[in-house]
This record gives sequence, C-alpha cells and structure tokens, in this order.
Amino acid sequence: MKLDCKHVWEHISGYLDKQLDPALLQAVERHLETCEVCSAILDSTRNILVLTADDRTYELPVGYSERLHARLEAVIAGNEAG
Amino acid sequence: MGVGPATIGMNRAPQQEAALIQRILAGESELFHELIRPYERLVYVTILAMVRNEAEAEDGAQETMISAFRHLQTFRGDAKFSTWLVTIAMNEGRKRLRKVKVAAEDPIEVLTEENEGDFTPAVLTDWREIPLEALERKELRLKLREAVEMLPEKYREVFVLRDIEGLNQEETAAALGINVTLVKVRLHRARMMLQKNLVPYLKSEAPGRGGFFRRWFQ
Repeated sequence: MKLDCKHVWEHISGYLDKQLDPALLQAVERHLETCEVCSAILDSTRNILVLTADDRTYELPVGYSERLHARLEAVIAGNEAG
Repeated sequence: MGVGPATIGMNRAPQQEAALIQRILAGESELFHELIRPYERLVYVTILAMVRNEAEAEDGAQETMISAFRHLQTFRGDAKFSTWLVTIAMNEGRKRLRKVKVAAEDPIEVLTEENEGDFTPAVLTDWREIPLEALERKELRLKLREAVEMLPEKYREVFVLRDIEGLNQEETAAALGINVTLVKVRLHRARMMLQKNLVPYLKSEAPGRGGFFRRWFQ
C-alpha cells in the first residue's frame, strides 16, 4: 500500500490514537519516514495534544473546590433536614 | 512526554465507587463529597469549553453536582459514574448556552457531516525550527483555549471529552448520544482545525525562528 500526503493526513488522528490496522500503520509509517511535510503535520498535531493535556491550559479558578463543597454541604444538609 | 490527558478517576476502582454510591443512597449523604472529588475538574472544564465564561462554568459545575446528588438514585451501574456526570454537565452547558446565545448558529452546523468544508491541516516548512519550549508559553495555552472555543459546537464537544478530559471513544459516544464512528470523524476534524489555527501562531511565536532564515541566507 502506497499513500500520498492527503491520504496520510486523513489518518493523522488515528495514528496518534494508535487505531490504525497493521497494514495501514505500516504504510503511514513508511510515508512519514521520507515525507517531511507529513512528519511536521504529525508533530504539530501531537504537540497541540500535549498542550491540551497540560493542566495549566485549563486552570480551575482559585477557591473553586471550596465553594463547590460549601454549596453541596448546604444542599446535603437541607436534604437531610427535609 | 506522552500524548493524552491523565485518565480520570483512576485512583478509585469501579467497585469502590459503586460501594460509595450505595452508602450515599443508604443515607450517608456526606460521602457525596468524596464521590465527586476526582471529577471536579472534569465537570468544570466540560462546561467551560461550552459556555466560554469562567463564572458561568463554575456556577454550572455546582448545579451539575447538585443535580447529580439529587438524582443519584437514577444512576445505573451499567455506565461509568464519570460518563453519567459528564452527560449532566453537557446538558447543563447546553442549557446555559441556549440562554446566552444571541449570535447566529455556527454556519458550519447546518452542513452535512460528510461534506462540510476543509479539514486539511496546515502544511509546514520550518516546523523543525520550533522548539518544544514554545509549548511552555502561557500565551500559547491561551491561544489554544481560544482556538478550542472557536470550534463549531459538535466538534468542540468531542474534542473536550476526548482530548481534554480523556474519556475513551465509547464513553464519549455515550455521553453525546452519537456512535463511535462519528466520534472519530469529529475528533479528527477538530484536531485538524486546531492544527490549522494554531500553527501560524506557533511559528510566529517560536523563539529561534530566526534560525530558519539564517540557514537560508548564510
């Protein structure tokens, strides 16, 4: 199986999620070995996912947890009283 | 550095969680605090990515947890508690979105799934010049948040659950009421749209970009 760039792009996500079947995986890897353009697309997409998974990208507001549990406490107390 | 978010609620075995839920339902309501602790972030970020407003997201997260407490008896053990909670959070987010939505629907929403625009990535020529340290930049994280916010809703929902929250495909499909194939398609498109939107920023922000020009002009 020989893939051109556009076909490889369609499988970038599947490749990153390790979901390609063995034949397709081999074809994609073979393409990536020699294609700098597709390798760069793969790297940049992977980096975006690394950044996405970084806890600092989506930070919780200061005091969020305390406020949440205080409100829950009031609901739980009210629930038990009722 | 591996790809993918931390798996949620992994410190607690499903059996432990089920036992905790049984005790809460049997009257030990205080244990609800403990039950939801691993999911505080999940619920907040899920709603934040939808409503795009921190105060609104925090209020929505509180309402989600209160709703989960009040309806805990309706939770069935065949789904994961986290998936059930996300479903409530998504509904809460959608409800708030409907309330505040004054802008027109994303035009892309009316197009069909199969034929709706360009999902090709940005082609790079000097990516190798961009050091990983660029990912440490605060502005870039902010830029990513903005790019996620700009995604059409159906792509944003899948991206949030899969790549931010770390739900697997089946859990994401269950939380959104769509099939796994659609999860894959939407996730791929979301990632490609983000890649396209963020790459120019990465390139212009990357220190050492001059290296590219030096190499060419020396």
